[in-house]
Amino acid sequence: MESTRLGGHYSHRYDTELEEVVNRVLAMGGLVEAQLSNALQAFIEGDSQIAQEVTENDTRVNTFEVTIDERCVEILARRQPAAMDLRLIVAVIKTITDLERIGDLAVAIARMAQRQAEGDRPRKQIFRDIETMGNRVISMLAGALDAFARMDAAAAVSVVRQDFAIDSDHEAIVRQNVTYMMEDPRNISRMLDVTHAVRALERVGDHARNMCEYTIYFVKGRDVRHIDLSEMEAIVQDTAPAKK
Amino acid sequence: MSQRNPAASSLSAGLFEGSTRKLRSLADEEIAISVENLDLYYGNTQALKNVTMNIPKQRVTAFIGPSGCGKSTLLRCFNRMNDLVDSCRIEGAINLHGANIYDRKADVAELRRQVGMVFQKPNPFPKSIYENVAYGLRLQGVNNKRVLDEVVERSIKAVGLWDEVKDRLQSNAFGLSGGQQQRLVIARAIAIEPEVILLDEPTSALDPISTAKIEELIEELKEKYTILIVTHNMQQAARVSDYTAYMYLGEMIEYADTMHLFTNPSQKATEDYITGRYG
Repeated sequence: MESTRLGGHYSHRYDTELEEVVNRVLAMGGLVEAQLSNALQAFIEGDSQIAQEVTENDTRVNTFEVTIDERCVEILARRQPAAMDLRLIVAVIKTITDLERIGDLAVAIARMAQRQAEGDRPRKQIFRDIETMGNRVISMLAGALDAFARMDAAAAVSVVRQDFAIDSDHEAIVRQNVTYMMEDPRNISRMLDVTHAVRALERVGDHARNMCEYTIYFVKGRDVRHIDLSEMEAIVQDTAPAKK
Repeated sequence: MSQRNPAASSLSAGLFEGSTRKLRSLADEEIAISVENLDLYYGNTQALKNVTMNIPKQRVTAFIGPSGCGKSTLLRCFNRMNDLVDSCRIEGAINLHGANIYDRKADVAELRRQVGMVFQKPNPFPKSIYENVAYGLRLQGVNNKRVLDEVVERSIKAVGLWDEVKDRLQSNAFGLSGGQQQRLVIARAIAIEPEVILLDEPTSALDPISTAKIEELIEELKEKYTILIVTHNMQQAARVSDYTAYMYLGEMIEYADTMHLFTNPSQKATEDYITGRYG
């Protein structure tokens, strides 16, 4: 059975509580998306002002995490959710952990942006590549949030697929960085920061992938962590063998 | 399901942030009833031991505890239903509007008008649906048909029964289902505009859907009334109440915000009971 209707409980209040939790997750997602995109802009443009704002905004992300968790605990204690309602709450609790980690990674990128802004800037080509990778990561995060908002397992799988491109971007940029470091050891500390920032972006992709897995769990009731993409696709298309 | 709109999300973000829910505290509530050092004896047996508590106005307060813990006995004290039990003796005070309802000068009929009660088993009178709800007003001497019509309609609408019975108001109330009867009895209780409604296991004789309707009704009724509910069903207490009191062997073990009591009770005895480790 597959249903992604939040409403329709005898208790309208319960409907409202679930909707409120989902809306909060989406609001938190919107904030984290903005944080990531600002951090990336700060890094690419060497804008320490924006970087500073990202750092300061992190407490807002943390507050979201705490309050959403609190609501979920309240719903678990008061409503004893079952079936899809239970899966929703579990998916939400896990999703916001990943969102909060993405928020932290945005702050890490912003901190490196501040350091970059103070010293000599690395070559332009590096930033073009980072921007391309960064946009891919931001679009993956947006896709993960959209799939959650629409409770769309098929969309979630196609977002997971994007993670491969991000991983190969990451590898390519790191390889390039190593070349720059070998060319001139004075580049090493600068290029290490770039490597760390790119690594942070790659991690964001992993967290977005996790979020998609929770959405699939919520919609399909199947745990798709630690399995390969083709198996995941089969589960979402209902062509996979039934759960043992 | 809502569509995601990042712009709207960031706009509404302000609404959601920083709103960590503070636990309710009785200190911030307007108090409807205060119980002071209440002892109750049935003959030589003490059924309530030194119960002291403040019941907040326009909130739902639930009483939970194992059978025989005194929760129904306590509930019945609030409109002096225990007066009907010969061997019952009460010490201490229950104050409503600052006056002890057990004072010798207290008017019991007036008290029961202010404090309505609904029992486990629906108990409509063997009369029509209309007359069941109009009964309390007729007792008060109201006979104006327009007034009665209006109150009957308003009360039945308030319990969400109107659409189900509006074409058969003159039929016998016994023709209604158990859930409908229970809502009718609640309509009868609110027709005389009480301040407090006592519910003694109001859903234990009902099916899950009727139960859900009554619970939804309780949620709505607390906008106007102070509600006290005794329930065997802990989950029901968790769902419907703002405050919960856990009683054991006639004593009030813990009385707190429902969220607090069900997520992090202060007393080991409460924790054992709500987690199913009791006895």
